[in-house]
Amino acid sequence: MDSSAGAAGSHAERLAALYPAGPSSVSREDGLMLYRDMTLGRRFEDKCAEMYYRGKMFGFVHLYNGQEAVSTGVIKAMKAQHDWFCSTYRDHVHALSAGVPAREVMSELFGKETGCSKGRGGSMHLFSKEHHLLGGYAFIGEGIPVALGAAFTSRYKRDALGDASSDAVTAAFFGDGTCNNGQFFECLNMAALWKLPILFVVENNKWAIGMAHDRATSDPEIWRKAAAFGMAGEEVDGMDVLAVRAAAQRAIERARAGEGPTLLECLTYRFRGHSLADPDELRSEAEKTFWAERDPIKALAAHLQEHGLASAEELKAVEKEIDAEVADAISFALAAPEPDPAELTRYIWAED
Amino acid sequence: MAETLLFNALRDAIDEEMARDPYVCVFGEDVGQYGGSYKVTKDLYEKYGELRVLDTPIAENSFTGMAVGAAMTGLRPIVEGMNMGFLLLAFNQISNNMGMLRYTSGGNFTIPTVVRGPGGVGRQLGAEHSQRLEAYFHAVPGIKIVAVSTPTNAKGLMKAAIRDNNPVLFFEHVLLYNLSEELPEGDYVCALDQADLVREGKDVTILTYSRMRHHCLKAVEQLEAEGIDVELIDLISLKPFDMQTISKSIRKTHKVIVVEECMKTGGIGAELIALITEQCFDDLDARPVRLSSQDIPTPYNGKLENLTIIQPHQIVETARQLKAGRI
Ligand SMILES: Cc1ncc(C[n+]2csc(CCOP(=O)(O)OP(=O)(O)O)c2C)c(N)n1
Ligand SMILES: [Mg+2]
Repeated sequence: MDSSAGAAGSHAERLAALYPAGPSSVSREDGLMLYRDMTLGRRFEDKCAEMYYRGKMFGFVHLYNGQEAVSTGVIKAMKAQHDWFCSTYRDHVHALSAGVPAREVMSELFGKETGCSKGRGGSMHLFSKEHHLLGGYAFIGEGIPVALGAAFTSRYKRDALGDASSDAVTAAFFGDGTCNNGQFFECLNMAALWKLPILFVVENNKWAIGMAHDRATSDPEIWRKAAAFGMAGEEVDGMDVLAVRAAAQRAIERARAGEGPTLLECLTYRFRGHSLADPDELRSEAEKTFWAERDPIKALAAHLQEHGLASAEELKAVEKEIDAEVADAISFALAAPEPDPAELTRYIWAED
Repeated sequence: MAETLLFNALRDAIDEEMARDPYVCVFGEDVGQYGGSYKVTKDLYEKYGELRVLDTPIAENSFTGMAVGAAMTGLRPIVEGMNMGFLLLAFNQISNNMGMLRYTSGGNFTIPTVVRGPGGVGRQLGAEHSQRLEAYFHAVPGIKIVAVSTPTNAKGLMKAAIRDNNPVLFFEHVLLYNLSEELPEGDYVCALDQADLVREGKDVTILTYSRMRHHCLKAVEQLEAEGIDVELIDLISLKPFDMQTISKSIRKTHKVIVVEECMKTGGIGAELIALITEQCFDDLDARPVRLSSQDIPTPYNGKLENLTIIQPHQIVETARQLKAGRI
């Protein structure tokens, strides 16, 4: 099979031009932590597909396979329960990286009371105040202003209330298709104008359901749009967790220092259809193969072994641990109670 | 004590709440240096600084969404719609994010926000600036809707709305900003969910809100001279309706007219009369009557505009008919 960038299209060509990224390094401890998080994301999503086809979860379910380096690379560079995260309908793995327990995410997908949104939200609406997950937002672009609001709060506490310790940074995740929406441009403008501590993380997986990125936008290089707002913009290999992590760290440092926002375009790819209901008829085999060969988890595994940071056995042990964690989440979710029908109208108002 | 104009009553309420609670802030177009298009935030920028009174770019959906994110993380933003009609652009944020998010999140987050601004039909402002969004937003779950009509209730309700932990849509009226009256002294706060019994009477109940309260008062004056004793209720809370006050009145008068400025189809009165029919059917001696604006875009021409919204003489005529048993 031809897996050259040319046959795989311009999105692949852009990645190939970035490749190989500069020398990246990671400690053994961090490397294993990243490997663990990405593996959790992958295995969790694989289990979701299985459960969906077995009729355990319903509705629209959008899996994250292939994009793990972005969630892990950005969120694991941030401070858990201090910084804020904002996602879309493709939110399971962001929630896991932010520290929402797999049990809570899985039971939400099963519609159970033990879910992070108490079974009221579902796959596209994962929330956890405890883990600073501002939510999964099912409408395109609407999460970006919400994330902007969280970043505004950080600045407000620091500069209007005089709390020098207020240095939380917010990361907003969204797709390439979303970058053609007005809220994207409006929020870039306001974030740069007010120097808000926010990372706009574009997960450019080339497709917006069936709309190819270069058919939807006048300039496919999204990171360049930062320049129009006078903010930092960076293009990064979204299949390389160390590259994403390094770029995120630079952006976080700027944000905490009061230097404002960054637009981070991560070139990535989803290994499955748009959702579990998508027949996935438009994407070419050459394209899929090009990206499959750049599987971010395999790439990290290779890096860790090549640099003598972890052995194949150690990585296997991590995978086994994760499989046990996901299996536990499933049995927990299966056994968990459904919401009490007497509480159907609870949570409408702040008081209940 | 001197009289206070309605826009100043709102301003005083916001000022007092901002002084009381450092998390209260204002977002909107021209709310800061310019002082608000109707001067409701005059001088607050100088007093509280550019972050607490934030002049935003013209980006309704994004700054409204930003208020949601700010509220989720601890602030208590007041969003000004320069004209409430412009918040059509923020329909998604008001509906999906303000109204539904707390429920969808299983109670994870609260959204203490106030969305306020001038609504209603003004004087020849044309269709787009003459919207009555209270009707459009009425079906959204999880939001409270109030409409103010006097300097006193404007002040008391604004303070209550800011203190409430839920999203509140707060409708002012373009033609009422210059009403003036003496305000109650001290920390005056009204209940958000209570109707105002403006005038007691025994013959017929009139339910109204916002500017139409004043049209109704004109009608009541004339009806009084004719010996028709009207009970006039200003709904104040458009969501939820204060059904206790409303049904108590209907048990007394057995007749009801709803006078509203929104359009008839899908309007406030449509829902209100449905509820009255469900809850007070046996107390009614006549079918409930709706006096609403025409189902058309508000025309620019002054004569046509007057024909579009209800006028006092129509209220008088309807009350006469009801009293006489002709309806
Ligand atoms: C306002 C709105 N319009 C349309 C949709 C339907 N929709 C869901 S996902 C999607 C494509 C989004 O693509 P992208 O931003 O690239 O994110 P990806 O799914 O690739 O992660 C569309 C059109 C929606 N959810 N919201
Ligand atoms: Mg995409």
